[in-house]
Order: sequence, then C-alpha cells, then structure tokens
Amino acid sequence: MPAVSMTVNGKVVSADVEPRTLLVHYLRDHLGLTGTHVGCDTSQCGACVVHMDGNAVKACTVLAMQAEDHDVLTIEGLADSERLHPMQAAFKEHHALQCGFCTPGMIMAAVDIVRRFDNPDEHTIREQLEGNICRCTGYHNIVKAIQAVAAGEFDKAEPAQAA
Amino acid sequence: MYAFTYHRPASLAEAQSMLQGKDDPAIMAGGQTLIPTLKQRLTQPSDVIDLGAVRELAGITVEGDTVHIGAMTRHAQVAASAEVRRIIPALAHLAGLIGDPAVRNMGTIGGSIANADPAADYPAGIVGLDATVHTNQRQIAADAYFTGMFETALENGEIVTKVSFPKAARAGYTKFRNPASRYAVVGVFVAQKGSAVRVAVTGAGPSVFRLPEMEQALAQNFTADAIANIQVTADDLNSDLHASAEYRAHLVTVMAKRAVRQALGQPET
Repeated sequence: MPAVSMTVNGKVVSADVEPRTLLVHYLRDHLGLTGTHVGCDTSQCGACVVHMDGNAVKACTVLAMQAEDHDVLTIEGLADSERLHPMQAAFKEHHALQCGFCTPGMIMAAVDIVRRFDNPDEHTIREQLEGNICRCTGYHNIVKAIQAVAAGEFDKAEPAQAA
Repeated sequence: MYAFTYHRPASLAEAQSMLQGKDDPAIMAGGQTLIPTLKQRLTQPSDVIDLGAVRELAGITVEGDTVHIGAMTRHAQVAASAEVRRIIPALAHLAGLIGDPAVRNMGTIGGSIANADPAADYPAGIVGLDATVHTNQRQIAADAYFTGMFETALENGEIVTKVSFPKAARAGYTKFRNPASRYAVVGVFVAQKGSAVRVAVTGAGPSVFRLPEMEQALAQNFTADAIANIQVTADDLNSDLHASAEYRAHLVTVMAKRAVRQALGQPET
C-alpha cells in the first residue's frame, strides 16, 4: 500500500492506505477523527465538509491520496484548547442544530463562507449553503448564527469548557 | 470502488510518461466526477493518474483580450478571479453556478471538458465564446472539440492543458438547474463579438450545440424580443425523469432570452 502524508489539524500524519481510501474514511477510521460525518456519500449533503488548504471540500469525494502534502482542518481542529471557535459559539448560542448530524459540515462550510464574504446577507448565506443539507430543516437558526459571526458578534468566544 | 494503482506526477511530462503501457488508465483532475463514478463501480481503471500536483497546469493568465485558464484551475478560482470578472464576467458567472461551493473548490475546467457531461456548464461557455482547447499535442477549436455525449475530439493519451477564451463584447449565461445535482437541465450561453453572435446550448441535447437561427436574429437585433418567437424542435433533445424533450425545447428559448437580457445588463425576467 502506498504511503500518504498530510497535515491534519496542525499535526503531520502519515499512513499506508489503499489508493481507493476516501479522505473522510482516512480521517474517521485511521485517525479516529469521527467528527467529520458521512451522510449521503454522494457529494450532495455536505456532512463531510473539511477544509483543505483553507477551502471547504467534500471529504467523501476526495481521495486520501489527493490530500498528500496538503493542510487539512476538521471540526476537531477548529477550536483552540481554551475557547470554542466563534462559529461553534454562535451555533450554540443560536441553537443552530437539532439532531446535530449535519453540524460539523455546516460549521466548516460556514467558516469558509465568512472567510470569502465580507458581511454576507441572508440571501448570500443561503445560496452559499446549498451544498449542505440539514434534514431537520433547521436552516433558519444556522443562517442566523452565520450572520452573527459575520457581523463580528462572536469575536470574543466563550471558554470551550463552559456548560 | 474497485482497486487501482495510484500515481501522482509532478509535471505534465511525467504524467504523459505514466500513461504509457498502462492497461486502462484514468486521468484524474479534481475528481468530482471520476470519484463518484468509481464509487458506483461504473468504471474500473487499472491506474489513476492524479494531476493534482502538476502545478504548471493550474492558474489564470491574461494576454491582451484573451484569458487563458489552466486545465487544473478550480471552478472557484475562475468564479473569484478579478481578471476573469473584468474581461469576461459571464464566464466567472458560469463557473460560480457549477455544483456547490465545496465542489467548486475541487472541480476543474480541464476535468469538466475532458469528461464532457451533456449537462455540464463549461461546454456552453467554451462554444459560446469560441474558445480554443489546448492539449499536450495540439489546439482544438471549440466547435470541433465536443463530439457527442461524453465524447470529445481528445485521442488516447491526450491531456487538456488549458483553454483560451477571447473576450466578447457582451455575453450572458443562464441555466435552469436540477436542484439536486445542480447540473443544467438547460443552460444557454450567448456572446456577441463584432457583428457575430454565438448561442450555445448545454443540457438539452446529447452534447452542446449552437442555434444558428437565434444567432442570425441576434446579429440583426441583440434583444430578447428578437428571439422570443424562435422555438427549437424537441427532436433529438434529451428526455429523462427530470424533463421531457418538449419541456427542454421550451426552456431553451426561455433561457436564451434571459441570457441576452443578462448580457445587456437588464433584469433577466
């Protein structure tokens, strides 16, 4: 099996994998990072969104081998050890999740949206979330959370351990 | 997915040599079509040659009024490019309508046109703008490149290296998309350059095609009204669970009118 090496959440990792291993399976099964979910497995639902070199990608439609030498960020790497990432804090505050299955992908996509758009309006956020599906249909609060982060309301995020 | 041998060339020359002697190699660009196809076991390549590390194939350059887009340039890069938006805004608009944001961060122009999906967006832009497809062996005019459903003029071992788009005086692209796949049920690209107008349709037929009758009418009078009464025939158009051939035929005129209005800076509807 060929070796693959990449940076995941700031750490260099390498492993021997079958070439057909998907990035999402490498993250979940080899690295134990099960925060990234497999939803539809057909690049429609966005539950598997991670960042590769800062850009949102669907990890169910990327081979682990394609991530060779790239920098991957998953939901586990988003918060620093002390504080939630502002997007996580905003999702919590706005109750932007119901069952939570889509949440990791939603948050990773949302961070990418706020990076690309300067204070996006509701229409832009909804359009940019088209690759992420919430089957609880909880979009309303997801959009509100993203708007709040884009407006700078969560720049001082709360401690990660707070109940 | 069936097992395959993976290769990661660092240059175009290395990619070409890796193709030699392989039973049934597949070239992978962004993988946004190839990987789903592999997952469904619809294809079983012996080898996958991933162009992801071939830096010379990625990037956008401008030469006068021509925009050159490297084959490995991601859709998101074309959509966001200040140069593309300045010179051919309709092309940036088209790239921003492909798939969804995460798919656009991986998918590439070279992969899209090598695959030549009948419902892909880029074929309409390439034929509409009369672009030139460059490969490791030659240059191919847009009208000669797309030859059928998932069929192109590419020979075995031929790799798309870049696409060169000449600036249009005015251009617009609109599509009626499938809400699940975001592919074009019908997409129409309209471009005016000098006295010539090109109208290219994707999604409706087995492959992208032009509409000479609309092109002539728009060359006389570049307004949506000029083509409002031109109906295309449903013969030979695609019919599937998403839309009948008759519905697609109707959509062609509707989308063409909107594309003209977009090119004119008017409200589309």
